[in-house]
Amino acid sequence: MKKTFKFLRFSLTILLCLGVVGCVSVPRGFLKPSEDSLADRQLQSRQYDTTDEEKIITSVAGVLQDLGFTLDASETQVGFVAASKKADATSTGQIFLAALLGGQNAVLQCDNVQVIKASVVTKPSLEGNKMVVRVTFQRIVWNALNQINRVETIKEPEIYQKFYDSLSKAIFLEAQKI
Amino acid sequence: MIKLRRYCGIFVILFSIVILSGCATPAVRALESNESQVKLRSMQTRAFDTTDKKRMMQTVISTMQDLDFVIDKADFMLGSVTGSKFLGYAVVTMTVIVRPRGEKQLLVRANAQYGIQSVEDPLTYQDFFTSLEKAMFLTAQQVD
Repeated sequence: MKKTFKFLRFSLTILLCLGVVGCVSVPRGFLKPSEDSLADRQLQSRQYDTTDEEKIITSVAGVLQDLGFTLDASETQVGFVAASKKADATSTGQIFLAALLGGQNAVLQCDNVQVIKASVVTKPSLEGNKMVVRVTFQRIVWNALNQINRVETIKEPEIYQKFYDSLSKAIFLEAQKI
Repeated sequence: MIKLRRYCGIFVILFSIVILSGCATPAVRALESNESQVKLRSMQTRAFDTTDKKRMMQTVISTMQDLDFVIDKADFMLGSVTGSKFLGYAVVTMTVIVRPRGEKQLLVRANAQYGIQSVEDPLTYQDFFTSLEKAMFLTAQQVD
């Protein structure tokens, strides 16, 4: 009798779990600007003192190549370039911890490869005398079992700083015709 | 007693099949949506009093970037912009198409997907158009 009762309870729990998990519903409000959106915009954009859109967009493509990206898509009429690159995502610390705590299986689940997507958009500023460049980076991280570990928008300021340092240099070189 | 347990087992299996099959998406459903087409179109579309397609597209792009989207594709002739963003582990993709409506207006239509589901909630689209009209300094007009 006790066994039957236990079994009943077990099956009820499973049923409840299935019912609750079911189909994930679509959350609301994800097309509302978040509180950080202004800060993000400042982090991701720079203005250049020129109205030469062609110069800016060709420099952007050049810089992306310099940084090891390959171009995926572009539409120069609206000032848009998208590029991506594959990179190593292994971190020795993470692997060491995983090996220590979880053995081989855990090591296989550590970050292994990442794809970084960059999307650059240029447009005239509101006053029309400057060009605004805005770049956004995303990354997708896979583990050694080829499963996606993480997807995220990159928000580290250093990455953006590095991109704009290179871009400023490239625009300067372009202007000097070097 | 054993009979009771067996019944329970069968019941659990049957119920699991019913629940799990609710989520299946056979190929037949590729062109299916839950809302009626007219309703869906009206919640996804707004008209703007401008004919500057380029500025409209650039504003759409910067609005999407403000909403944390990364632009994946754009085409000026088609007037299309496609972007994606991550919400935790889910991927949201959105396509916006800008096309002329009559002589004096542009029609903007957005459609979004959350994971494998189409977004069919009017308020979500309203949020997007609210941001867009602020950035464009124009009113988004409902189209029937």
